[in-house]
Amino acid sequence: MGEVDLFSAAPGAADAALSVVEVTRRARQLIDAGFARVWVRGEISSFKSYRSGHWYFSLRDAEAQVRCVMWRTDNERLPAPEDGQQVFAFVQPTVWEERGEFRLTVRQLLPSTSDGAWERELAKAKAALQQDGLLDPARKRALPRYPQRIAVVTSPDGAALHDIVAVLRKRWPVARVLVVPVRVQGETAEREVVRGLKLVAELDADVVIVGRGGGSKEDLWTFNREAVARAVAAVPVPVVSAVGHETDSTLTDLVADVRAATPSAAAELVAPDRVAIIGMVDTYARRLAQGLSGRVTLGLQRLARSGDRLNAAMDRRMDRSRHRLGEAAARLDALSPLRVLERGFAVARDHEGRVLSHVADFGADPFTLTVRDGRIAARPVR
Amino acid sequence: MTDQPTFADELARLEALVRQLEGGELNLDQALKLFEEGVQRLRVARELLERSEQEVRRVIREADGSLGEHDLEV
Repeated sequence: MGEVDLFSAAPGAADAALSVVEVTRRARQLIDAGFARVWVRGEISSFKSYRSGHWYFSLRDAEAQVRCVMWRTDNERLPAPEDGQQVFAFVQPTVWEERGEFRLTVRQLLPSTSDGAWERELAKAKAALQQDGLLDPARKRALPRYPQRIAVVTSPDGAALHDIVAVLRKRWPVARVLVVPVRVQGETAEREVVRGLKLVAELDADVVIVGRGGGSKEDLWTFNREAVARAVAAVPVPVVSAVGHETDSTLTDLVADVRAATPSAAAELVAPDRVAIIGMVDTYARRLAQGLSGRVTLGLQRLARSGDRLNAAMDRRMDRSRHRLGEAAARLDALSPLRVLERGFAVARDHEGRVLSHVADFGADPFTLTVRDGRIAARPVR
Repeated sequence: MTDQPTFADELARLEALVRQLEGGELNLDQALKLFEEGVQRLRVARELLERSEQEVRRVIREADGSLGEHDLEV
């Protein structure tokens, strides 16, 4: 064959025509020389195991497929894959001369969904975490009720961050969101997520959300890495994992203080509902006002009962108290919707309805005390 | 952690004030003191709750090793 260049044969030089085997051989040689062995990810189809022990099948994805062979010497310790199974194949691309067919010679085959190298690594990592007590449910910390600084370790461009911020905006804009941008897939993802989680320790955050939106098992694998799980465990504040997937938990989920099914769910778990908290604060305000007015009523009743046994000093103190009460009430009044304090004042009136506000106003006559829920007849004890 | 009282602290103190004011024997003077503190705490809590613009910051390690916060549009 010598130096014949497949692509430079002069057109029309029929004498120089190659035989079929020559052209396919050259194609094979080009392919063999031009391709190093590579890992290929795909789905098994048309799987067939021949009597010889060799396996023939196709690998495919949504857009392409390619024929594959795996020789008996390479497959004999492996369980036969099934059609539809997702696998990783370590292959040498070549051309099958007899058929003029491009194909992959598979040297290693790892199911990507079970029993594969990844799963073995996962099982090992899980055992190591278990041994170190990192999977102990007793380690799990409660989330803060009113976070003011929420750290989010995720991709700055992903849907996950968008979803988290949307929920936090609605429920709890009170908090500042501190986004620690990291890649969540690809070769650098593990390193970046670990570094991001370490950085959180310096942020003075109250709680952390770490995760990403849904993806394939391979895309989510970063969150199954032991180093990532250990970094989660080392975060000094509670961590919510939000790795978008419905089925298996990742190692990150197992180590996190709380697992959320999606980034949005994580945000809901982390943030209280502002409307509910405003309602709670209003209730405190109301109870505060009622609590005080209860005291004031009691004080005035005592004053009334004590009558002229009150000495002048006591009278001045009551005046001062009333003055402060007036100021406090004015401030409370400014805190809409609180106007209930007035309802709690006890007002003493004589039979003509005149307000009795000084000891000297009280004669020997009966008077009425108006309190929150009605009036009572009273009489100075003289 | 910061030295400033947190929102959780404010609410917890408020709750304690309310309970004290509602129960127990207090003279008017003590009641007023609790009330006034309560009003103050309410004001702080409400100011926090009324914050409606969420701040979203991107945190990165600067060249000098410090942490920088930058506004982030999401």
